[in-house]
Amino acid sequence: MVDNGIGASVLRKEDNRFLTGKGNYTDDVNVLGQTHAYFIRSPHAHATIDRIDVSAASASEGVIAVFTGDDLEKDGIGPLICGVNVTSDDGEPHRAPLHPALAQGKVNYVGDHIAVVIAETLAQAKDAAEKVEIDYGVLPAIADTATAADNGQQQIHDVAPGNTCYNWPFGDKSAVEEAFETAHKISTLELVNNRMVTNPMEPRAALGDYNSGTEEITLHVTTQNPHVHRLVLSAFNQLAPEHKLRVVGPDVGGGFGVKIFVYAEELVVGWACRKVNRPVKWTSDRTEAFMSDAHGRDHVAFAEMAMDERGKFLAMRVNTTANLGAYLSTFSTMVPSYLYAFLLAGQYSTPLIYSEVKAVFTNTAPVDAARGAGRPEATYLLERLVDVCAEDIGLDPAEIRRRNFIPVDAFPYQTPVVQCYDSGDYPAALEKALSLADYDGFSERAKEAKSRGKRRGIGLSSYVEACGIAPSAAVGQLGAGVGLWESAQVRFNPTGNVQVFTGTHSHGQGHETTFAQLITEQLGVPLENIEVIHGDTAKTQFGMGTYGSRSLAVGGVAIAKACEKLIAKGKKIAAHALEAAEGDIEFEEGNFSVAGTDKSMNIAEVAFNAYVPHSYPEGLEPGFDENAFFDPLNFSFPAGTHVCEIEVDPETGEVEIVKYSAVDDFGKLINPMIVEGQVHGGIVHGVGQALLEGCQYDADGQLITASYMDYAMPRADNVPSFDVDYAPTNPPDNPLGVKGCGEAGAIGAPPAVINAITNALGIKHIDMPATPENVWRAAQSMG
Amino acid sequence: MYNFSFEKVKSVEEAVTAIQKAEDGKFVAGGQTMLPTMKHRLAGPSNIIDLSGVESLTEIKAHNECVTIGAMVTHRSVASSPEVLRDIPALAKLAGNIGDPAVRNRGTIGGSIANNDPAADYPAAIIGLGATVNTNKREISGDDFFTGMFETALEEDELITSISFPVANVAAYMKFENPASRYAIVGVFLVKLSDNVRVGVTGATACVHRGRRLEDALNKNFSPAAIDPVELSVEEMNSDIHASAEYRAHLVKVMTKRAVEACN
Amino acid sequence: MVNVSMSVNGKSVTGEVEERTLLVQFLRENLRLTGTHIGCDTSQCGACVVHVDGVSVKSCTMLAVQANSTEVTTIEGLAANGDLHPMQQAFKDNHGLQCGFCTPGMVMSAIDIVNRNGNDLDETTVRKELEGNICRCTGYHNIVKSIQAGAKSMGG
Repeated sequence: MVDNGIGASVLRKEDNRFLTGKGNYTDDVNVLGQTHAYFIRSPHAHATIDRIDVSAASASEGVIAVFTGDDLEKDGIGPLICGVNVTSDDGEPHRAPLHPALAQGKVNYVGDHIAVVIAETLAQAKDAAEKVEIDYGVLPAIADTATAADNGQQQIHDVAPGNTCYNWPFGDKSAVEEAFETAHKISTLELVNNRMVTNPMEPRAALGDYNSGTEEITLHVTTQNPHVHRLVLSAFNQLAPEHKLRVVGPDVGGGFGVKIFVYAEELVVGWACRKVNRPVKWTSDRTEAFMSDAHGRDHVAFAEMAMDERGKFLAMRVNTTANLGAYLSTFSTMVPSYLYAFLLAGQYSTPLIYSEVKAVFTNTAPVDAARGAGRPEATYLLERLVDVCAEDIGLDPAEIRRRNFIPVDAFPYQTPVVQCYDSGDYPAALEKALSLADYDGFSERAKEAKSRGKRRGIGLSSYVEACGIAPSAAVGQLGAGVGLWESAQVRFNPTGNVQVFTGTHSHGQGHETTFAQLITEQLGVPLENIEVIHGDTAKTQFGMGTYGSRSLAVGGVAIAKACEKLIAKGKKIAAHALEAAEGDIEFEEGNFSVAGTDKSMNIAEVAFNAYVPHSYPEGLEPGFDENAFFDPLNFSFPAGTHVCEIEVDPETGEVEIVKYSAVDDFGKLINPMIVEGQVHGGIVHGVGQALLEGCQYDADGQLITASYMDYAMPRADNVPSFDVDYAPTNPPDNPLGVKGCGEAGAIGAPPAVINAITNALGIKHIDMPATPENVWRAAQSMG
Repeated sequence: MYNFSFEKVKSVEEAVTAIQKAEDGKFVAGGQTMLPTMKHRLAGPSNIIDLSGVESLTEIKAHNECVTIGAMVTHRSVASSPEVLRDIPALAKLAGNIGDPAVRNRGTIGGSIANNDPAADYPAAIIGLGATVNTNKREISGDDFFTGMFETALEEDELITSISFPVANVAAYMKFENPASRYAIVGVFLVKLSDNVRVGVTGATACVHRGRRLEDALNKNFSPAAIDPVELSVEEMNSDIHASAEYRAHLVKVMTKRAVEACN
Repeated sequence: MVNVSMSVNGKSVTGEVEERTLLVQFLRENLRLTGTHIGCDTSQCGACVVHVDGVSVKSCTMLAVQANSTEVTTIEGLAANGDLHPMQQAFKDNHGLQCGFCTPGMVMSAIDIVNRNGNDLDETTVRKELEGNICRCTGYHNIVKSIQAGAKSMGG
């Protein structure tokens, strides 16, 4: 057994720099001659721009340049793109309106980019921005998801009649209809999945630096996927050829999806630094972040489940309207389609599922992936509907789940919605969670709470998600413009220490530690001799980045494959050095040895030998440095049951989470300490959605929740500590036996919380966020 | 933020002279509301006159059944003041729940009440306790001080020097917090005096006010049950995304009941 | 423009800044002490917390000129001779950080919490005292544990 290998809760290698203020986030990077950009944004949700006069601003103190959409267009820069096609029910591709990085004649949401002022200081840029004169022709706006596609609504884009991006049906409609006709019982539920603002604590930022000598642009940017940024900015936005564009995502202060996308500011800053031949920095303030970061969720849906007498699910039908905002963000179209409808089976053996998704445009910020992306929406809908089913058929919520779980012996299990789950043991997680939560003792606790005037409730959520995104063949078939493999390079230096280059990106997940543990386990190199490097296209060969809980499940396997190549190469070198046949060399815990002898050399010695090849025979290549790409065979399917117990104060409607238990199946854990941290964070993200967070626009499309004064982020006193445990299964489709864990909490928590509230109040449903007032009103209605 | 001239003064006299000379001057006390407002360019004073060097404004004195708190005393100092804890514990508790610890280290009582945010805590205590606001020019009865949303009886060159609170051992402040900002959606400061009850209500309406109907009910019967039949004017209540007028009216009663319970 | 001078992490520093310069800007831009972060514009998130004359302050809500003649401590000033401060060590030992962005403010607030409340802190107290610090990554569970442990070890 090696120390600090797989399964060890090793303290994080990255922590010292973060704890001592030595992190290096994008806004911490400063280059000589740096200027500052400030974006002028639309104060209107929908308006024509009839005139822009930048002359006074251009003459303002410290101003270097003021640019508008015309300047970008003249240089052929942009527009921004959406990388995934969803074919609409008319057989045509989804409707994709022009998305200029700076508006061309029209603005479509509050915060839409109109012009950029570049000045010596940020304060000067802001002072000058006030001098830009803009005449708007204000148009009626539509912000409401449910009614955006209604007849007579204001049309936002000519290319999208009825404000509709796509209508996307999936499943066997007539078979589902038939099942509904003969069912014993049909349960229905109408719900809203509330719009979220993702809110990593580090606001977005970008710093463009052009070297006129090399004609290379270096773009420091808050990104979860530097190579994707480079690819999109080069291939689709014409910023610079790929080999003349270096994208650096240094330390990134949280992502949760919102830093996947290529944003207008990043493109403009990258372009403007060449234009003014000075470095240009932009850092979002929080209000800008609320206005212009891609938002998440925002569905209205109607769901129906057909059941037999025993509460067995026969068929499910779902109708969803998803708000995509004013334009299509980078991966927006796939979120309410492929990442949503394909998860509607959940943990259940429901044989028939039919889903219709209508994706609509509104005069709101673009909506795209946010922690979980589509899967929280599917899970919330399903797990709420299951509780309604339980009530309707008269079963305990745990029992109806047991009756419908995919049996343990049915794996690999082909769902009716594309996904084929490779492994799972849903009953095991449920029973363990019920025990952890003392489900049986709940009624006593509820009685005791009642004596204190409180209403106590308990709620379950049994989720499954598809992550480890993703097999390239699968996403290619679905319309993605990219492959979703991952790449790694493991390089030994002559002195025996190791640099690992990964195409994934760590922005809180602790890759520098977890990936080093993989190397330690596989190659026997001590943890302190390993450095994991990521986030710079000039250092790391390639990569698709970090999202969809893919880093370990896909990127980790790429590292393991590079290690396998090193072992194979090491055997050749050791055979030469030890004067043995290659077939006789064995490798274990960092040592190459000749079978049946005491002759051996450790991997550091092999590395040194590889770089000092004084007597290498022909055919033995020097160097000890290997690359690998890995394209997964399947998605990864983490699953689990979360149990939330709450108390409602019926007088005020306040909800207190008194106990929260989570039992998850993430396969093999590399670093349990880090995994548990991911679970905690995910749960609170989900609790935030359930109880606190809701992005609101008014009827005119004005953003009401534009700061932490109005958008309620979960704080330490909103949540308790958590009871976390695991019920792992071994996923045969993943070579490391791992599943993703970063999104699970955010997927599992919202229905657990809401199911607890509906349980406490004896009501059918309450929409998220279950604010005190909404809960109070619900409590009133129960009398 | 727009730029401004900055002057740190050492005395009340200097402060008043400075503001009289300024084109559009503003006193800054702790700055915990003013600076965010200025950062958003919602205010752009020509001159900032910093009061943190005026030592005479930082005292807390107990005298004649009264506690007088200097305008520049921070929330933290009020919360931990032996005099306040002894004579008006409810006020110490209120101060200890304003904002967060870092805000309480900078924010001051004078700054808070001069700003008169409709959701601020201190105004409820001024009204509830029947405090007196002392300025460089006069003494203003707490009941007359708050004149409207973000408006007070202060004149342009008038500076709050201290606030005098009558001692009140039987008093309680109950706040229902806005889940986002943590300001008061509703805050009720209830004081039980020997002969009557005073109720200061913040957060609920455009400006802090006395809860006269609540007082009437409690003067007859000092019990939570007395609040149930009280009818509050829903029309006057604030309404926003966090709480409708109807809910606020309900919360005023709930917070009042809880304050009564705390006083019993 | 105005001249400012103060002690930062035990060293005297001076600078000429615009009056409107915030303390956090002075630290980050003039002194290049970029460990102190800016996470919001409304004094809510706490990423910018530093100590001024020994107490926690949101450096985004204080002018640099207001810090004249004070003693400022930032996250960079905690570790002595390469040894982490007990609170920093506790955050490391208890996985009290993920992306690290809120962390400097969390640690500075945590030390202030201990200074005011002592070394034996219950969970409720810590959670209440963290009202002014927002974290999106950790779910607070391990931050609370870290602060309780850090408080103990600060007591020696």
